[in-house]
Order: sequence, then C-alpha cells, then structure tokens
Amino acid sequence: MKDIVCKLLVIGAGPGGYVCAIRAGQLGVDTVIVEKSKPGGTCLNIGCIPSKALIHAADEFLKARHFADGTDPLGITLASPSIDLKKTVAWKDRIVGRLTMGVSGLLKKAGVKTVQGTARFRDGKTVAVETETGEQIIRAETIVIATGSAPVELPFLPFGGPVISSTEALSPAEIPESLAVVGGGYIGLELGTAFAKLGSRVTVVEAMPRILPLWDAELTRSVLKRLEALGVTVLTETKARGLVSGAAALSIERADGTEGRVDAEKVLVTVGRRPVVEDWGLEEIDLDRDGRFIRIDDQCRTSMRGIYAIGDVTGEPMLAHRAMAQGEMVAEIVAGKTRSWDKRAIPAVCFTDPEIVSVGLSPEEARKAGREIKIGQFPFTANGRAMTLQGEDGFVRVVAKADDHVVLGIQAVGAGVSELSATFSLAIEMGARLEDISGTIHAHPTMSEGFAEAALKALGHAIHI
Amino acid sequence: MAEHVIKLPDVGEGIAEAELVEWSVKVGDIVREDAVLGAVMTDKATVEIPSPVEGKITWLGAEIGDTVAIGSPIVKIEVAGETTSPARDGDSPAQTPKAASAAAPAEPQPTAPAKDHSVEVKAVQQVAGSSTAAKPRPGPTAGYGPPRPEGEKPLASPAVRLRATEAGIDLRQVPGTGPAGRITHADIEAFVARGPQAPAGAGLRRREGVEQVKVVGLRRKIAEKMALAKSRIAHITYVEEIDVTAVEELRAKLNAEKKPDRPKVTLLPFLMRAMVKALGEQSSMNATFDDDAGVINRHAAIHIGIATQTPSGLVVPVVRHAEARDLFDCATEMLRLAEAARNGTATREEMGGSTITITSLGAMGGVSTTPVVNYPEVAIVGVNKMMVRPVWDGTQFIPRKMMNLSSSFDHRVIDGWDAAVFVQRLKTLLETPALIFLEG
Repeated sequence: MKDIVCKLLVIGAGPGGYVCAIRAGQLGVDTVIVEKSKPGGTCLNIGCIPSKALIHAADEFLKARHFADGTDPLGITLASPSIDLKKTVAWKDRIVGRLTMGVSGLLKKAGVKTVQGTARFRDGKTVAVETETGEQIIRAETIVIATGSAPVELPFLPFGGPVISSTEALSPAEIPESLAVVGGGYIGLELGTAFAKLGSRVTVVEAMPRILPLWDAELTRSVLKRLEALGVTVLTETKARGLVSGAAALSIERADGTEGRVDAEKVLVTVGRRPVVEDWGLEEIDLDRDGRFIRIDDQCRTSMRGIYAIGDVTGEPMLAHRAMAQGEMVAEIVAGKTRSWDKRAIPAVCFTDPEIVSVGLSPEEARKAGREIKIGQFPFTANGRAMTLQGEDGFVRVVAKADDHVVLGIQAVGAGVSELSATFSLAIEMGARLEDISGTIHAHPTMSEGFAEAALKALGHAIHI
Repeated sequence: MAEHVIKLPDVGEGIAEAELVEWSVKVGDIVREDAVLGAVMTDKATVEIPSPVEGKITWLGAEIGDTVAIGSPIVKIEVAGETTSPARDGDSPAQTPKAASAAAPAEPQPTAPAKDHSVEVKAVQQVAGSSTAAKPRPGPTAGYGPPRPEGEKPLASPAVRLRATEAGIDLRQVPGTGPAGRITHADIEAFVARGPQAPAGAGLRRREGVEQVKVVGLRRKIAEKMALAKSRIAHITYVEEIDVTAVEELRAKLNAEKKPDRPKVTLLPFLMRAMVKALGEQSSMNATFDDDAGVINRHAAIHIGIATQTPSGLVVPVVRHAEARDLFDCATEMLRLAEAARNGTATREEMGGSTITITSLGAMGGVSTTPVVNYPEVAIVGVNKMMVRPVWDGTQFIPRKMMNLSSSFDHRVIDGWDAAVFVQRLKTLLETPALIFLEG
C-alpha cells in the first residue's frame, strides 16, 4: 500500500479525536484520522449516549409501572406494562447508528480522510495502521493521540460470564433478576438505577464510606433517598471479594470484617476507567507520563515535539466535553493559531435520579483554596415548575467570593438539572457576579428560576424563601 | 465620600524639603491601604510615601522633579464611606450647589454610569476657574480597578480571552474596568492603544514615539558630577596587567581558614592596602585639586571611595582612614558601607570626602575601562575582570590568573610618568603580596 503523507494524523475517533479532525479540516489542514472500530468512541457507542437512551427507557417504563400500580398521583391508570428489551436495545442502537453515521459524514464534509484499523507508532512521525487490507504507513508532521480510556477490570472479578462492564450492560439481552453493582461512582449508579427501574433487584457495593465520592454529601442525599425508594440496597464501606461458586451471588466483606453474599445474577463492575496507553506503540516514542496518563501541558503538547494528546488518555476529568474542547484547541494550534487552555471550569453532570450538576468549586473546595465565600442555596420545593414536574427534590447552590461576589462554583441536584449546566457554565466562564445572575430575568415558570433565587439568597434577599 | 489629604511626611533628620522623584499612581487610580503612592528623595535617601487609606486618587500636588516642603499637601484621595466634610482642608474648592447645577451640563458627560459627588465638584472648579475647561481629564473608563492580587486568574469572558490570546496580550497585565475587575473588550482596546509593549510573537514591526524620562534625583546628581569631572579634568588613562595568582592563592587560604568574626576577603581590600603603601611613596596621588583657587591639597589621611552600584544609580561610599585599617578592617568596613549604600541607610559623611577612588564592576569589569576621575580628586583606580590567561614564562606558556587595572589621572597635575610609576608600584605589590604587609 502506498504511504499516506499528511499534515495532521489523529489516532482515535472518539469525541476528542473527531472534533479535532473536523476542526482541523475546516481550517484547511490536511488531516487523517484512524479508528479501530466505529467513529464516536466510548461516548457515542458504549458510553454517554447509549446509557442516556437506556436511562430514558427505564424512566418511561417506571412511570408506566407507577400508572399501573396506582402509586402515581396524576390519576392515570393502565394495565400492567411490559417491555420488549430487544426493541429497546434496537431503538438505542438506531440512535447510536445515526450519530456515528453523522460523525462519519461530518469528517468527510470537513475533508478528513478516515482510515479504519489499529494504529501503532513506528517513531514520532510515522504510524503503521493494521487495516483489513494490510498495513498502511502514515507519515504526519503532527500526531494527536486520542486513544481514550477503558473500564478497569478487577483481578478477582474478571469480565466474562456473569461479570460485565458498562459496555455489556448497555446492550442487555434480558433484565437480570438481581444485579450487583461494584463501584458506586456515577457510571455504576446511572446504570444501577436504570436496571432497578426496569425491574432488577440492585445492590450497590462501594468500598468508600459513601457513594458518588466526587460530589459532596449534600448533593448526593437526594440520590440516596431515591435509590432507597427504588429498592436499591447501598452497601458502603463494603468490598467485593469475588463470585460465589455455584450460586448467582457475589461475596462481600463488610467494614467490620464479616463476610456476606449478595444475590447477583449479573455483576456490573464500574470501578473506574483507565487510560488506553498500550497496544499503540507508546514504548516506541517514550512520552513522559503523569501517573498512568500521558503528561501534557496547557496546549496539550506531550514531551515529544509534534505529538499532542487529548481526552481521557491525558487525565481527569475523563469527560467527553473536555476532550472535545481539547481537540478543538489542538486543531487550531496545528493550523497556526495561538491557543492555550484557559477554561475556568469543566461542568460535570451525573445522570442519576435526580440528576447532579457541578461546575467550578464546591463550598468545601473554595474554602480549602483559602477563599472567603458566600453561599446561596434554593430548594426546588419552593419552585412551581419543579412541583408540576413531580421533581421537588433537590436544590441549586451558588458559591461566590465574599468580597466581589464573583461566582466560583454552582451545583444543583434535581430532575432534569443537567440542562441547567449550560447557564451555570456560561456564568462562570463569563466571570459573572451574583448580581449578574440575580439581575438576569429567568423565565417563569422554569426550574432555572432556582438559579436566580440561589444568587439572591447569597446576596441576602431571596424572594421565594 | 470624603477627601483625604496626604501631606509630605517628615522624612527625618531636620530636612525641610524633598524632591519628588516618582509617582506610582495617577489621578483616577484606586489604591489600597499601604500601597505606595510615590517617592521623594533627600540628599541621602529615597523615601516611599504609603497611602494611609483606600480610595481613589483625585489630585496629585507635584510634578516629578519638584521640590516639595515637608508638610505641604501632595495627594488627595477620595475615600468611600466617611462623612467628614471635604472642606476641612482650606484648599478644597469652594462649592456652591448653584454653581454645580449650572456648570455640570457644560461638562461633557463621561459614559460610565457612576459619577460621584467629588468628581463633580472638581469639574465645576475647572469650568469656573479658567477657560481651559476643555483640558482632557481622565475619563472613568481610563481608570484602573484595584490591583489584582497575586496568582488570581484574570476575570474575562471567553471572547475577550480569545481576542487577547490572538493579539499576544497577557491578560494578567490588562487592568479590568468591569465589575469585580472584569476585563472588557474596551479594556483590551485601551491596553493596545496605551501599551508601548508590542504584541509578542507578532513579528518585527516599527515602533513610534519617544518616552521622556525626567532626569531627577540621584541621576541628576550623577549627571552634574560627571559633566563637571569631564569638563575640568584632563584625563589620562593607563592600563596595566597584573598577575594576581599569588594574591588569589593567599586570599583563598585566608578565606579557608577564616575565623567566624572575620569577613570573607575579596581582592579589593588587598588593592586598598597596596594603594595605601604606594600612596605613602607618592603623596601627589592622594590629593584634591581646588582648580578655582589653583591649590592642590595633599591629604595625610587616605579616604578611599568605593564606587558602588545601587538600584537608583552610582554612589561612592568612603572607607575613611584606610591607612589605619588592616586588611580585615578594610574588608569589614567596605562590606558595611556597600550594604548601607544599597539600603539607602548610609549617612552623609559616609558618602563623601574621599581622597582617591576605586571603581570595580567585578565579573562585569571587562578588559579595560576609562574611569572618570572623582572630581576634585586626581586619581581613580579601575579594576577589570580577572581571568586565566596563558603567560610566557621564558620556556612555555603557563596559565596565570591575570587582571588589568585601568587607572585614570588628572593630567593637569599628574604627569604620565608619575601615573606609570604609581601603577607599576601597585603591580609589584599585588604580584608579591608579602610586600604589602612589610613594614616601612
């Protein structure tokens, strides 16, 4: 095969890689992208998008169940619902298919050449791609590593058989009667909640003292309450030990050292994700590392000239929108523009029930950073729209500097608050003060009114509480 | 709002006036408490004037270079929150509400919404006081916010940040006029319009404009002294190389066996002792020439001036009675004086009255220099950089530590021959350092 020579080569067509390639193409950079499976990466294929589809299906099914069992106050009744999981999964797959097709189209439209196969570095300027038709050598002036991350496997619970990762959980053949979720982070809880709503008996096994350790206890309280209502058992300070042989169960060790077992037709292991740093020839180019990750600077440059790295392979937070922003920035740098990472905040959303959003600093983080702060918190119990949506649980919380009222962080928990993350991020990125937020008219009746009220509360004169 | 008048503080030692050498602020600036407003200089020291309050500068009472009497008002600061009458200081403009309302519309309205009472009063004074009311007054948009604390990320929207990045502007350098010091698009424009700092990485470009720096304070004194020396003295400079290998070995040994109460010795104390020895044989060198009276004063005491670079410029502290000081005493006194001169704590006596001067730039000393004689003295010894050079010993080249002395003399009263004899004597003494310490 004839060698390909290009200006920019992107390895991995996940959200970081494909955004980088599209933007580079837009800027007239001669770009090639290599992907070993489908474009869209974890996010589109086995992450963000399919999980949201499954969560939505589970929500709808639960609603129907409540209509059927008479526990819903709306007065809607129907006969006992059923779910055809094959159709659900097919529906989800169609969404994924449309999106990955969309990405392919966008890459083509931007003039990016896609090479299907597994890339491996020969040296800092050359990559060999194992394709279906043989080896393809690509020589590039600049290379972007966007190889992403993969679920962490536990040695005593290797994937296979009843032990599944998030990937398998997103294409279930049937709803397990019982499900043990090992790891109470956001991935485990999002999926665990969905399975509980679909009818599984779910047990969450978390080694730390509390679930969702990345969010503060105030934010996770509503989620815990909801898990309890859904019949999910949450075992904290409890370690998974392995499968119980001959029985559909997981053996556990509690904080006091006693052992026990948890019914588990399936065991979903969600104990974190690791950067994909093997099988693509990292050893050939010997880049500096930052722990397990590839070390980058504020322009996503690695320790080797002409090689950039973006996305999950470069560290926390492993979020698609971080990778996308990095990808866009790197494409512009490669095109000769002056850019560096200057974001004030990366929003983090947890699609549990209710949803959690956090942008910027939490009160505790702000205090740790030595800040004098003002906090304003507004509960959705005092918000009309939340009531009409049956989503009164939760609140919006604003953290601002005490002296000049510049907003440092915004958190919220509540039904559908993921969509509020846009206004939260915008406020912080624009350098808003409490007065900017309270001085903006927020449409009535919406849950976003809670944001303005939280800012007013921090200023000492909330109207509706 | 209240006006706080800052008067020139008593800078000590019975000084009645001081020269204003620096303003750190300008009208319209917001200052924090204890921020430096400016600096005044007396004969011997530069004193910073701190702000006792937080507020906005409304008036500066002196130009750089002006001599200001102790106790006269020099800065007015508008302080928020106090209710004291601004009229308590007699020099505040008389205000009548009628005049204010009549004149205010004539004043072009600045665009900023906040316009406080005191500014208006000042505006009235401009209108009423003269016909030059159109004199540009810094508009509120030109004002700076309070200085941004260290390490704080500049507050700016993504669009402003992008614009700054593309223009090569470091936002940390841009004063923000928005709420909480937020940097606006207008601030970037103002920064670009104002800044002499060319955008980094934008390639070569022409620069226009002339920066005028007023020669004041110590700089003016140095300029006057140099002009006097160069216009009156007929300089002759004599350069000779000295083999300092032996004296360097001795110096290293002394420092290696140094007692705790003794200073570390540099080469200069050896040179000072050698000069004392040589001057004992050539008293015509240790002299001051009163050229107006036509009299040469030959001094019995040897007061050696040490030209010293300080942050504000060149000063010459004086090691007095070097003839009565041993090597360590010379070293100690020199260190103490250099420190005092750099800190501005040297007394007037310590900064003058030398009879001969040494000038040394250490590692920056170069191969040779043409020192300017410290008028009215007649000789100055310049020390150049020490370096290892190959020296022919008759059979081979050997590495020796060599150093040049570049010495200037007033040729009106010192002949070239005498200058040469003096420097050759220094060479002999330094190359065989034992001779320095021989009695008689």
